[in-house]
Amino acid sequence: MRTETDDIIQSSDEHPGELPEKLSPDEHPPLTPAPELSKRRGQWGEVWRRLRKNRTAMFGLAVVLLIIFTAIFADVIAPYSFRVQNLDRIAEAPSRDHLLGTDDLGRDILSRIIFGARVSLQVGFIAVSISIILGGTLGAVAGYYGGRMDNVIMRVMDVLLAIPSILLAIAIVSAFGGGIVNVMIAVGISYIPVYARIVKASFISIKEQEFIEAARAVGARDGRIIVRHILPNSLAPIIVQGTLGVATAILSAAGLSFIGLGIQPPTPEWGAMLSSGRHLIRSAWHVATFPGLAIMLTIFALNLLGDGLRDALDPRLKQ
Amino acid sequence: MHRYILRRLFLLIPVMFGVSLVVFTIMFFTPGDPAKLMLGERAPEAEVAALRAQMGLDDPFPVQFGRFIFNAVRGDLGRSLVTRRPVFQELYARFPATLQLAAAGVLVAVVMGIPIGILSATRQYSAFDAASMGIALVGVSMPNFWQGMMMILLFSVSLGVFPSSGYGTLRHLIMPALTIGTSTAAIITRMTRSSMLEVVRQDYIRTARAKGLSERVVINRHALKNALIPIVTVIGLQFGYLLGGAVLTESIFSWPGVGRLMVDAIRQKDYPVVQGGVLLLALTFSVVNLGVDILYAYIDPRIKAQYK
Repeated sequence: MRTETDDIIQSSDEHPGELPEKLSPDEHPPLTPAPELSKRRGQWGEVWRRLRKNRTAMFGLAVVLLIIFTAIFADVIAPYSFRVQNLDRIAEAPSRDHLLGTDDLGRDILSRIIFGARVSLQVGFIAVSISIILGGTLGAVAGYYGGRMDNVIMRVMDVLLAIPSILLAIAIVSAFGGGIVNVMIAVGISYIPVYARIVKASFISIKEQEFIEAARAVGARDGRIIVRHILPNSLAPIIVQGTLGVATAILSAAGLSFIGLGIQPPTPEWGAMLSSGRHLIRSAWHVATFPGLAIMLTIFALNLLGDGLRDALDPRLKQ
Repeated sequence: MHRYILRRLFLLIPVMFGVSLVVFTIMFFTPGDPAKLMLGERAPEAEVAALRAQMGLDDPFPVQFGRFIFNAVRGDLGRSLVTRRPVFQELYARFPATLQLAAAGVLVAVVMGIPIGILSATRQYSAFDAASMGIALVGVSMPNFWQGMMMILLFSVSLGVFPSSGYGTLRHLIMPALTIGTSTAAIITRMTRSSMLEVVRQDYIRTARAKGLSERVVINRHALKNALIPIVTVIGLQFGYLLGGAVLTESIFSWPGVGRLMVDAIRQKDYPVVQGGVLLLALTFSVVNLGVDILYAYIDPRIKAQYK
């Protein structure tokens, strides 16, 4: 919800400067800071304060953190191994021994979902990192230098955008084979144009501002201007798109695994688990149902967080 | 206006050339020998070599790509390594089913998304608004292949209302169309809501209200038409997503379209078919986006005026 304080802060924050030099992670802003106090905390303290007020976004953040925690401590949390098969207990319905039942090879579904979080999150975060690094660099160069360079880069991006991203990922993986690394690369490449466009747009709007002119006047070089002055100010849209992008990347990777192109067994991946439950849908509904719910919960939480971040980073966009 | 359309059509050529180059390059560097794939692993070396020469696989990359483009322009996309039939024929036979599915998906998305989005915007912060935005977010978060399976579980296995696979009648179309259209419906709902909210804050809406028009007229005649512009863009962009999504949806419902053909081709390493399929869907996507841009100009006289 937009408040009066937000408006005051927003108006005093029209031209946010650089990132504050010191922003220690354990420095939590007070619950209701006065505007003049919050100004000292800098842009990111403000963002965090606004985000904290958004209950659905905080719920999303909590769920995302919980899933990350589950992924890290999968070995401790999971009741069974993800690979041990028990052929006497194939496709059993949920029971006290196996809370979410067993799959077509008698493996515990809950444990496989817990270990699967590791795979899905890794794929999501690394794929998005690839897109941001490559797409962001291309967008930054296009936006900062403009001219012919911009033209060449953006025409190449237009070509990539003309191929629906999942199809591009399918083409890459079908050519070079599945496996976790190839899936990350394929999904990462397929979303490069999205980030190139976003970064280019914000570079163009920021490079014309006075503080950039000032930096140039005191003799800062291009590299320094890009990294120290423009980049910190164009982070907001990248962060929002990145958060939503992790969700999309997880979905794409699950889709690839679903058609047998992605992560190969016995690695527990949610999309592949779904795919293996597909032919059991008439006899054992739970095999395909629970991995799907896991994907949905993760994507849902990331979307809540992404929407909240968008509102917190740019309250003017909020409706 | 005609010049604008012509210019946009002309711009399609370099884009499609680029798409062909990307797809051809990916397939070119794919490990594995197409000639060996056609003849089988045990074929004698001499025979494989002869076929390689016949197919021109020993030529350098630029020559092969040049030949591919030259043939593709004339509608020759090579032959399937498995069925040996021309790829163009294979795609041509399946394309109507994919278009039908994608169009049905867009229809589902528009029919659900726009009215719910408008109602949400006119009742901002109401229970209806909160509920529909919540459901929309669930819709965006659901993997469509999973949704398809859950629908089969509910409507085919449990209730027996709709067939779980097949093609031809409306009953066959309903579940695949809902599967492919749901997340687009959710996106259109969110987009319609935010676009409407932005428009109803404009001065001309206040003017319309001030001159005593009924709320219905204000929303339908004044707000909606202006709010439609970004929504139409989203529909165009989503069409690409639907074409990509068709690959997954078609394989769940055994829908005889280009998507399922591609999935089968991938399994059999039938690269010419994969290549042709990607090209066809990318071309369709580009043409749809071109259509959307032209449609735009008709909705928004300001854009039209620029090209007079």
